Formats: sequence, C-alpha cells, structure tokens
Amino acid sequence: MRSLWRTLSRPILRNIALVCLADGVVGLSYGAIAVSKGFELWVPVVLAIAVLAGAAELLFVGIVASGGSVFAAMAAGLLVNARHLPFGVAVRDVIGSGWRRVLGSHVMNDESVVFALSQQQADKRKAAFWICGVGILICWPVGAFVGGLIGGSIGDTDVFGLDAMFPTVLLALVLPSLKDRRTRLAVIAGAVIAVATTPLLPAGMPVLLSLIGLIFTAGKNRGS
Amino acid sequence: MSTLTQLLIAIGGLAIGTFAFRVAGPLLGKNAKSPDGEGEPCAGAEGERRGLPPWLEALMSRGAVVLLIAVVASTALTEEQGFAGIARPAGVLVGGVLAWLKVPFIVVILAAAAVAAGLRLMGVA
Repeated sequence: MRSLWRTLSRPILRNIALVCLADGVVGLSYGAIAVSKGFELWVPVVLAIAVLAGAAELLFVGIVASGGSVFAAMAAGLLVNARHLPFGVAVRDVIGSGWRRVLGSHVMNDESVVFALSQQQADKRKAAFWICGVGILICWPVGAFVGGLIGGSIGDTDVFGLDAMFPTVLLALVLPSLKDRRTRLAVIAGAVIAVATTPLLPAGMPVLLSLIGLIFTAGKNRGS
Repeated sequence: MSTLTQLLIAIGGLAIGTFAFRVAGPLLGKNAKSPDGEGEPCAGAEGERRGLPPWLEALMSRGAVVLLIAVVASTALTEEQGFAGIARPAGVLVGGVLAWLKVPFIVVILAAAAVAAGLRLMGVA
C-alpha cells in the first residue's frame, strides 16, 4: 500500500480523497434513508460492506421498504450490478492474483474503475484503482453506519447538490478517454439508448443496453 | 416485510452475485492466459494482458467508457424512471464544461454541487 501512495501525485491523491469523502456523505444519507424506512441499522451496513455498490443497495432497500419481495429486490440489485462484468475485463490488469484478486474484485466500482481509466501508465492505473477502491470500502460503510445512527435528522443531501457530484466525478474523469472519434460516437449512442429506455425497462437494463453503442466502433474491430 | 431468514438470503445472494460479476473479468484473463505464463506469481500488467487479443481488449476498454457515460447520463437525467428535474443535470453540465476547460477537478466537482444546490435554493427543482 505504501508504494501505491508514492506512485501517484498529490493532486490525484487529493482528488481520490475528495471522491471518497463525497461517497461517505452520500453513505450518511443512504444509512439514514434505510433506517427511516424501518430497517434495523445492520441492514444498510452489511449491504454496504458486502455488496459495496451504492445504486444497487439503495434500490434493494427501496424495493423491500415499498413492500416488494426481498428476492425481487435481490434480482433488481444484481441487474444493476451486472455492468461490473465488462468493468472487470477492462481493469483486470490492475488486479493481481490470489487474495488480491478477491479484494481487488470486491473494491471494483464506478469510481475506482474510472480513476484507473484516467491514468495512462500501468503502475499509476493500479495505484489509482486500489487507493480509490479501498478508500470507498472504508468511507461508504462508515457513512452508512453513522447515517443510520443519526437517522432522520440528516434530511435530504440533495439540498447540497450532492446528487450532482457523482455523475460529474465520472464525467470529468472519463473525458480524456473521449478523444477518439469512434469512442465518442459509441458513447453518445450508448447514452441516448440508456436514457431513452429508462422509463420502459427495469433499473440496470438501460445502462447495459448502452453497450449496443459499441457497434459504432466496429469498422476495424474484426467480427465485433 | 419478509422474514429475517429471507432477508439474509437475499442480501447474501446480492453480495455473492455481485462479487461473481466483478471477479469474472479478472478470472477470464487468467484462464485465457497462455500456458507459459501459468507459473507467474501475482502476474503484473503484461502477464495478465497476454490473455485476450488486442482488439477485444480495446473493445472492452471502450465498453467500460460507454457504460460509465451511460451511468453519467442516467444518474444525471433520470430518477426512478422519471425526469430528475433541472437542477441536477444543470450542475452536471456546468461541471462537465469546466472539466473540458481543464479546470482543477476539485473546482469542477464543487461547482456542479453548488449549481444544483443554488438552483434548488432559488426554487428550481
């Protein structure tokens, strides 16, 4: 871990710290929401540690609280998390083997993947992925725990514009990857597909369907 | 609400299934690795990369970018299958423009939050 620290420049470490902190604050609201919906404190905390994927956890809690079956909530959460499969192929070079593969896979999420993709050199990709991933592994469950303890008095963090931070983090970090024209075409097509199908399909499906946009990059890619 | 046992099974199923999605990519790299790379302890970037053909590697990297932007678009514009309102996408748009202008990351993120919060303060949802 110590050598990972030295690999990255201070500004990048600061950016990662900011994102982890922001996730911790969103975790506060997630914990508070779960408890206010009638869950015992351990539920959001165990989900935060064991699933470690915010969108799926909020969906799970929301479905169960609104009277849905726990297994419907599980299926919905899995659908939302299916995007980690292609993520894993894209960042597998930064995940080692043995226990590193287990922990590295577990801390794979939107933020750690996008920080990895934002770095060019192999050692920096690896450091950015791991520091961000482990940072969120700590901040998210701690946020959920504290938020659950404080409960209803936290209120809605949307008031502070926190809901705008998460998409902006991903957008800012992924921008340099959009220099290639064919990637841009694929991305735009994918985003349009995802947003357009959101009202029609269950959560998770629209984002997966965005991969259809990849056909715009076909050309030189044999058979794909 | 369901029984405690059902809740525990569902949470466990979600955790295990999610882990399976996450670990599949790294495992795929290992299985596809050529036999001479098998003995490597903790294979680094080069060792793991040997597995998939370069075009597939490039396609998967593009796929990750496409997915991430789809997540950006969905979370910025939609909320539970409906429109998320003006404030959030406006904040994300301002942040995106600032990022494109190479403004420091921390300013980009705080500006996005400030625009969304400011609009809400003025009564714009």
